[in-house]
Amino acid sequence: MSKRKSRETHMLLGECLSQVWMLLPRLWECCCFRHLLELLRRTAVHGESNSVLIVGPRGSGKTMLLSYVLRELLEEKDVNKNVLQVHLNGLLQTDDRIALKEITRQLNLENVVGDKVFGSFAENLAFLLEALKKGNRSSSRPVFFILDEFDLFAHHKNQTLLYNLLDVSQSAQAPVAVVGLTCRLDVLELLEKRVKSRFSHRQIHLLSALTFRQYLEVVCTQLSLPSDFPDSRFSEEWNNSKLTEDKSVEDVLQKHFNISKDFRSLHVLLLLALSRVTTSSPAIQPTDLVEARRLCAADYKANILHGLSILELCLIIAMKHLNEIYEGEPFNFQMVYNEFKKFISRKSRSIHNFEKPVVMKAFEHLQQLELVKPMEASTTKIQREYQLMKLLLDHSQIMESLQRYPQCPTDVKQWAASAFA
Amino acid sequence: MPLQLQHEGYSEEKLGLLAEKITCRETQASTLLALLGEPDHYTYPSIFIYGHHASGKSHVTECIMKELELPHVTVSCVECVSAGLLFEQVVMGLYGSEATALLPRSSSILDFVRVYKQLSSQEPSYQTRYIILDRAQLLRDMEANLLPGFLRLQELVDDNVTVIFLSEIVWDKFRPSTGCFEPVVLHFPDYNKGELHQILTLDSHPSYSPELYSSFINIMLGVFYSVCRDLRELRHLAALNFSKFCEPLERGEVKETDTHKLWKNIEPHLKKAMQTVYLREVSSVQWEEQQQKEEKEAGALKGLSAYAHVELPYYSKFLLIAAYLASYNPARTDRRFFLKHHGKLKKTNFMKKHEKTSNHLLGPKPFPLDRLLAIFYSVVDNRVAPTASVFSQISSLVTLQLLTQVGHDDQLDAPKYKCAVSLDFIQAIARTLSFDIVRYLYDFL
Repeated sequence: MSKRKSRETHMLLGECLSQVWMLLPRLWECCCFRHLLELLRRTAVHGESNSVLIVGPRGSGKTMLLSYVLRELLEEKDVNKNVLQVHLNGLLQTDDRIALKEITRQLNLENVVGDKVFGSFAENLAFLLEALKKGNRSSSRPVFFILDEFDLFAHHKNQTLLYNLLDVSQSAQAPVAVVGLTCRLDVLELLEKRVKSRFSHRQIHLLSALTFRQYLEVVCTQLSLPSDFPDSRFSEEWNNSKLTEDKSVEDVLQKHFNISKDFRSLHVLLLLALSRVTTSSPAIQPTDLVEARRLCAADYKANILHGLSILELCLIIAMKHLNEIYEGEPFNFQMVYNEFKKFISRKSRSIHNFEKPVVMKAFEHLQQLELVKPMEASTTKIQREYQLMKLLLDHSQIMESLQRYPQCPTDVKQWAASAFA
Repeated sequence: MPLQLQHEGYSEEKLGLLAEKITCRETQASTLLALLGEPDHYTYPSIFIYGHHASGKSHVTECIMKELELPHVTVSCVECVSAGLLFEQVVMGLYGSEATALLPRSSSILDFVRVYKQLSSQEPSYQTRYIILDRAQLLRDMEANLLPGFLRLQELVDDNVTVIFLSEIVWDKFRPSTGCFEPVVLHFPDYNKGELHQILTLDSHPSYSPELYSSFINIMLGVFYSVCRDLRELRHLAALNFSKFCEPLERGEVKETDTHKLWKNIEPHLKKAMQTVYLREVSSVQWEEQQQKEEKEAGALKGLSAYAHVELPYYSKFLLIAAYLASYNPARTDRRFFLKHHGKLKKTNFMKKHEKTSNHLLGPKPFPLDRLLAIFYSVVDNRVAPTASVFSQISSLVTLQLLTQVGHDDQLDAPKYKCAVSLDFIQAIARTLSFDIVRYLYDFL
């Protein structure tokens, strides 16, 4: 019985992510989902050309919304037979030439043989526009152009692809729907005047307006198993665990909610918590969530500082003092070495007096870890010891990591607290 | 005591073998295993692992992949000068070398995604495929769409694939300006002293007892731990110095339990190693030769530094000294140092205010050729005629990079130079000429 339980527990890891399908659209049913669905249906069924932009921060569910709408739409038989889809992504198609080849490939036009597209850019463009212009509302098939990372297309030369697509969508030719997805709120500023005027200025904003109570409910529903789970007794036990009513869990979720409301970071948190579920503890405990939060919210640079050697740590403290004395002016290695030598001669009992080349190697290690950065790119005209650098760490970060540093000598700690005492 | 790795997707014996290979990394390995899940489940699209150099990231990931026989490919971004090489290696690792024929030359990420989709539809995977990118910080310097593309590769190719990034640099420095798909970030902490000791004693010499090697490692860590915690460096140093450590044993002078005598023997040797082999001033071959030579020449341990080997002609040395004085002394103090009948140096208000910033902290200042020659003639003991050979020595000093030319190459009538040597170096040179340079330096007045 326990073995079966364990199999089911681990089926959760994959299923949890797919549970979002059922959950999130419920939140959008109010406006954007219906709006987009109507728009695309009008293109597909009634032959109307449309253009729309879906704008929202990263992880707010734009691609998910679109795929849900498309799935819903393609269930209607007459839509499914007629509609052609072209999916473009700004990350993959970095140039209009490449994008055009991809369009002709996806539409399976006549100049495509196997995988190769023949002809130059101008020829392909002319061919595509001919193919699109020949039709009219009644006789040609509607085409959906879906442009992911829309803002990257706006960086192409002359924005020819965008211009042509939007031009086709404005004139009475083959019915075309241009749907752009982007994370930039100012995407319209990126478009040229002639492209902007052809765009219908229809934008769907996906900004999450959840309150904390609703957020908790979302977490609850995401963590509960669906009703068609094979082992009903296990799923009942799991669903009744009342995790979100625990005070520490609520604290953790409140902190997470205060930083970011989007669901992607929530998924990472829940995934880390879920990965601590084993056969010996077959339910999520509050401590799992607390531990997952600790992993998510760790300060990365402090973790790196934890692993430095004592010499490197002393150099960082010397740089901190230089920053305080000279109020953030850039320093060079010679100055840092000077401060370090002052410390060694005056106060230190535990640090050995290292030679200058050894200290230089430690300094270069810090540079390699990108904790210290040169002010300008390295020129061979200036000696390494005299190149101006700046420290990329904060005063509080350094003091905090000193607290956690294992076996830190007390004189180093006292030196860090004040340069003069 | 090693923790037991538990996971339901894999057999106990495989996990046991895995636990043996990874010492001191059990917690991280179990977190990673839990994230990877069962082989046929979808894993989170991208995982980012960061930690210090030689903290076990590639080792643990490779061991997990090999022992549990998961389909994977490891690519080190250092080898991939262009993106096309990266894609070729990935395709070759996952689908075999015949599949790379489908990729065009100098492929872009679009070609890669297309070919991948084609190959995955031909050979559907029942297990998650893993792409491991080592030294991922170099991806930031390649094309801008490479990193965001790899972060969401699972979405782009619509297949069960996960990309694991391994890097020394923290994730904050990777994030592109408009954001990207955030991976799960895992940290591999550094080894503490005990763990380092445990790992280093794993490669003990067969002909000596492990306790002896353990005491050697203790001594070595005592000398080097405050300077360097890199496991690879420490292993290298241990391998080089162990034979020297065992010399007294071989000679029969001490027994294995006499740790104090062994320590006395090896400690100055390790200190010298810190100044030479650790700094890579001397290659390991030279170091080993030096060790053997020392038995015969019981002379003083000379520095093996590269600086000791620079030999300059007589006037070049004086030119270099003159250049150093010109760079580090302010021009108005030349009168005080180099004229026989100079007045007192009046300290103006300006000088009193700026006394603290010594030129030795700020770096060398440029000086014109005339000033260099003026100082040179006053510093050299006998009369020197201004022949071309003296001037040509200046340009050879520039070629040796002991002087740097400042300003444009076209300025032929008044070239400016800067001295590019350190105080220790110039003191060593001045000592050979029995010239007391400290007396002539303004900062040491």
